[in-house]
Amino acid sequence: MLTISPRFLGALILLLGLTRACSAQERPYFVTYSHEMEEPGNLEIETYSAVGRPPSGNRFLGNATELEYGIKAWWTTEFYLDNSAVAADSTVFTGFRWEHRFRPLAREHWINPVLYAEFENINGADKSLKEVVGHDGVPDFFAPNALTRPEKLREMELKLILGSNFKGWNVSENFIAEKNLDNSPWEFGYALAASRPLKLAADAKKCAFCARRFAAGIEMYGGLGDRYTFGLHNTSHYLGPAMNWSAPAGFTVSFSPQFGLNDYSLSRLYRFGISYEIAQVLEKMGFHRSQEGQKK
Amino acid sequence: MKRILSLVFFCVLPALCLFAGSSDWLAHVPARDRQKSNPYHDRPEAVAAGRLLFSEHCAQCHGDDASGKGKKPSVRTERVQSVATEGDLHWLLVNGNIRRGMPSWSKLPDQQLWQLVRYLKSLH
Repeated sequence: MLTISPRFLGALILLLGLTRACSAQERPYFVTYSHEMEEPGNLEIETYSAVGRPPSGNRFLGNATELEYGIKAWWTTEFYLDNSAVAADSTVFTGFRWEHRFRPLAREHWINPVLYAEFENINGADKSLKEVVGHDGVPDFFAPNALTRPEKLREMELKLILGSNFKGWNVSENFIAEKNLDNSPWEFGYALAASRPLKLAADAKKCAFCARRFAAGIEMYGGLGDRYTFGLHNTSHYLGPAMNWSAPAGFTVSFSPQFGLNDYSLSRLYRFGISYEIAQVLEKMGFHRSQEGQKK
Repeated sequence: MKRILSLVFFCVLPALCLFAGSSDWLAHVPARDRQKSNPYHDRPEAVAAGRLLFSEHCAQCHGDDASGKGKKPSVRTERVQSVATEGDLHWLLVNGNIRRGMPSWSKLPDQQLWQLVRYLKSLH
């Protein structure tokens, strides 16, 4: 399992203590993206994990540590470092991902599209389950890390993200197309989610555990086969409730138990994550972002 | 195929994004939105709630006292306090002024946006 040295933890706490956080108001989703972008200049540090156990197999933990930065109000970029740990096997670094999200429309509409492009350089031992595509499923979890790690997966992933906000609800739909650049067919997947804060209006007093700081919803995602075998045959699908708590200090804690919907899926997955948002990080480091407009 | 993917990634997406924005947001507010009335208009506690929301979400750019920070604009200006209606400000929070760096705050529920507007209008 991963271990964090006390010295590293102390340095991290000191760094976070010196920076100014802002309230993140994140959606409680683990796989589904909403159309909401990172605020320009803000840096969000996140770590998300998935814990599961294949039938008659060893328990695993897949983890992704993410740095998400708002370059512009319409452009967010995110860099991931993935690792996986398998009980009675090993803990391995499994690669990196780099994504960009672009919001092409200037205004808020009934349905808001966001275009997503990601390059992945990971290996076959990756179990972070940031998305499920093609025929991903239970058989992927049986082989030991020593066998799966040499398998290089250099992939490009494209997503069409659609999102709507209505009466406090957020409804998001993602359509995923992923291609291994090593001459493999396109693989497809989907992710759907809806959530709502437990209370819509803010109270006049500061609070850490008031209802508006909690959000709850539901998330479903799965694979849709590939270019030659499009459909639901031999694909895995998951459904589960999702919830989070946005703490006043800029931390967001998320949790979701998810349940496989067929025999090709893991029966249960537990996902949890923690994120911390630092406002205007470059300004704090002494860089001043140029601002095109000043008139408000 | 690789050439097509590269074309999409490096040319088409950024080109689409060039069209994402407008300069003078106030000129683009539809009449229907401009005339919207604030459901929290007569509720003084909304100012305190709005102040709290401002400190959580807005002060990082606009300053703790809303008078701007660095190159980020003040919201105590004549334009915000007198020219813009509460409906105009609500529209700005929902849509943002994306080309100019102001993000959409549609992720906040409508109730909180109106509370924020109430606070902004209390600053004059």
